[in-house]
Amino acid sequence: MKTNTKAVDINRGIGDFAYPERHVRDAGIGLSEKTVHYISDVKEDPDWVREFRLRGLKTFLEKPLPTHWASKDLEAIDFDKIRYYLAPGTAPSRSWDEVPEDIKRTFERLGIPEQERKFLAGVEAQFDSEAVYSNIKKAVGEQGVIFVGSTEGLKNHPEIFRKWFGKVIPIGDNKFSALNSAVFSGGSFIYVPPGVKVKHPLQAYFRINAENFGQFERTLIIADEGSEVTYMEGCTAPKFITVQNWSSNVFNLVTKRGLAHEDAEVKWIDCNIGSRLTMKYPGVIMKGRKARGEVFSIALANDGQHQDTGAKMIHAADETTSNIISKSISIGKGRATYRGLVHVPKHLKHCKNNTECDALLINSTSRTDTYPAITVRGTGNAVQHEASVSQVSSEQIFYMQQRGLTEAQAMSLSVNGFVNDLVRQFPMEYSVELKRLIELEMEGSVG
Amino acid sequence: MPLRAGRRKKAEAALASAAKPGIFWVPEMNALVVKDLHVTIAGQEIVRGLSLVVPRGEVHAIMGPNGSGKSTLAKVMAGHPDYEITAGKIAMDDQDLLELEPDERARLGLFLAFQYPSEVPGVTIANFLRAAVQARLPDGEELEATDFYARLYEKMELLGMDRSFTSRAVNEGFSGGEKKRTEILQLAMLEPKYAVLDETDSGLDIDALKTVAHGVNSLRGPDIGILLITHYQRILNYIVPDHVHVMVQGRIVRSGGKELALELEERGYDWARDGAAEPAFTR
Repeated sequence: MKTNTKAVDINRGIGDFAYPERHVRDAGIGLSEKTVHYISDVKEDPDWVREFRLRGLKTFLEKPLPTHWASKDLEAIDFDKIRYYLAPGTAPSRSWDEVPEDIKRTFERLGIPEQERKFLAGVEAQFDSEAVYSNIKKAVGEQGVIFVGSTEGLKNHPEIFRKWFGKVIPIGDNKFSALNSAVFSGGSFIYVPPGVKVKHPLQAYFRINAENFGQFERTLIIADEGSEVTYMEGCTAPKFITVQNWSSNVFNLVTKRGLAHEDAEVKWIDCNIGSRLTMKYPGVIMKGRKARGEVFSIALANDGQHQDTGAKMIHAADETTSNIISKSISIGKGRATYRGLVHVPKHLKHCKNNTECDALLINSTSRTDTYPAITVRGTGNAVQHEASVSQVSSEQIFYMQQRGLTEAQAMSLSVNGFVNDLVRQFPMEYSVELKRLIELEMEGSVG
Repeated sequence: MPLRAGRRKKAEAALASAAKPGIFWVPEMNALVVKDLHVTIAGQEIVRGLSLVVPRGEVHAIMGPNGSGKSTLAKVMAGHPDYEITAGKIAMDDQDLLELEPDERARLGLFLAFQYPSEVPGVTIANFLRAAVQARLPDGEELEATDFYARLYEKMELLGMDRSFTSRAVNEGFSGGEKKRTEILQLAMLEPKYAVLDETDSGLDIDALKTVAHGVNSLRGPDIGILLITHYQRILNYIVPDHVHVMVQGRIVRSGGKELALELEERGYDWARDGAAEPAFTR
């Protein structure tokens, strides 16, 4: 089986704007069986999904917070004060014209204007927890590709999605995956039939627009034999100018995992900007012979933020190879942590891993940590790990300012230079977006 | 209008009334002016009462031994944050520079070719220069990429630089000569009103020196004032200055025409230093 799955994610704590909330459905504050039933009722879940949610809730309540490596900061989350489900009154719509005006404005502020759609094979954008805009180009649909929201996927294509739903990331994987299982809404379900190569990235934009509101999307991508697909998603939390670091109230706790069968390749490109605490370690389980896993990640930790990111590479077959390249930038008192897990058991032969992690410190108060956990047993397996820490010197900034760049422009160009060799390998529209976000972030942090 | 030795006081008076027409009229509106500048770093005074006028259209050379404060002067003009200016003024076309950030001075038209240019890892020369040129455009105006590259390639040819250079990261892994050439390339692209070249000749072999000098000479003209800071007379054979100043212990101790450089080469800085008791001054 030869599949190629690329997954792309961007998480952005940028966007100094917000529009009036117009939610029609609201599960209220706090979490109980009632909340779960409310969500299931609204979404008209099939019975097996409702049961799945309830099992998720039970597991969530039983499991303690992760303590072996997680930040103390997690204890600041008050699960009783979160809104677990919010949705505007509109049903998922397929044409741009049907999208409500204020939501359109939000997308425009996010820099996803209509003309940009020509780049995108299909855009499925989500406003809060419900997809409000969904536009899959004809071509993709004609190829037999299914690109839908999770609700629709479970309801209309159970024969495809039920088999894999909750298999790659089971309910009990961790406390937060259990929570997600209980209250998930939104996210994308993608199926690419055998041999189909989706040329353009499939994109989903969604935003968080209500305080104390957890966004619990669940995405499942199945790339069948010989197929190729790239999926991109972005997440922007609004920041009010008057309330400093609004988006720094966001906790971003995500489990991302790919399962690569024989000769398959799963690539994660993961960028984390903003939010108070991010804990995200995209992983690949290389289950079939010659499977390949790759994680490219960029994290930008500004003042008061902690980006705890990395990768997990589980080698479970012979001749599997994995590659991790991680770049982090810490600004002010920001903290970036790399946490990597590479696991090669004793019985395997000819497995390879390469790990590179580079950290850039902007200020003397910035912090970076690296915690690589590499377990390689047996003979004939090879791993290598390289790490570097560098700093933007004041001489470098002065040099760039002397050429006419403001301090913020100099900083952002330096940061872009630092991530440049990695970003070059990203899809074009994604690197442009990332560049702009770094600029915005640096403007806010200087002067 | 060069002044003879011993006329410093009068010259300073001229500077003080520079905007007024008169016998000692100094065209401040079209000059880079340093007036009675005092600079300290970590409590130590490095520049001690230095005055200098570089009119647009002229090339002035400052020569001085190691530790005379030449590079400090260059950095202070560009607004380096490490130095404290305790007295004096720096103005460009009658605009006070001391209150301005380094990037504001740069955008107004002041360029410094660094003695030790910084590396900017991962940022290509092309992208760096695009950002710098873009920074000089009015808000909302976008740099035309094709025009930019046409100009860039033209200037690179002038400096004998291969086009592949544009995709190399700024100064990263460059030889000394490549760094200096890159500085002059930036000078050519940014078209400043005033350029301070800090030891641009140091570390260059004779061929590289000729190329760099050729580049600078091709930029000479009525629209640019150049201040050439050097330790050695050698570069002045290729970039012939209109005026030469000798700087010792934080002051200009002698000024003269291009022949002063040769005299200095012959007689050494000790000769110039001896003259410091009776300092020379000129515009």
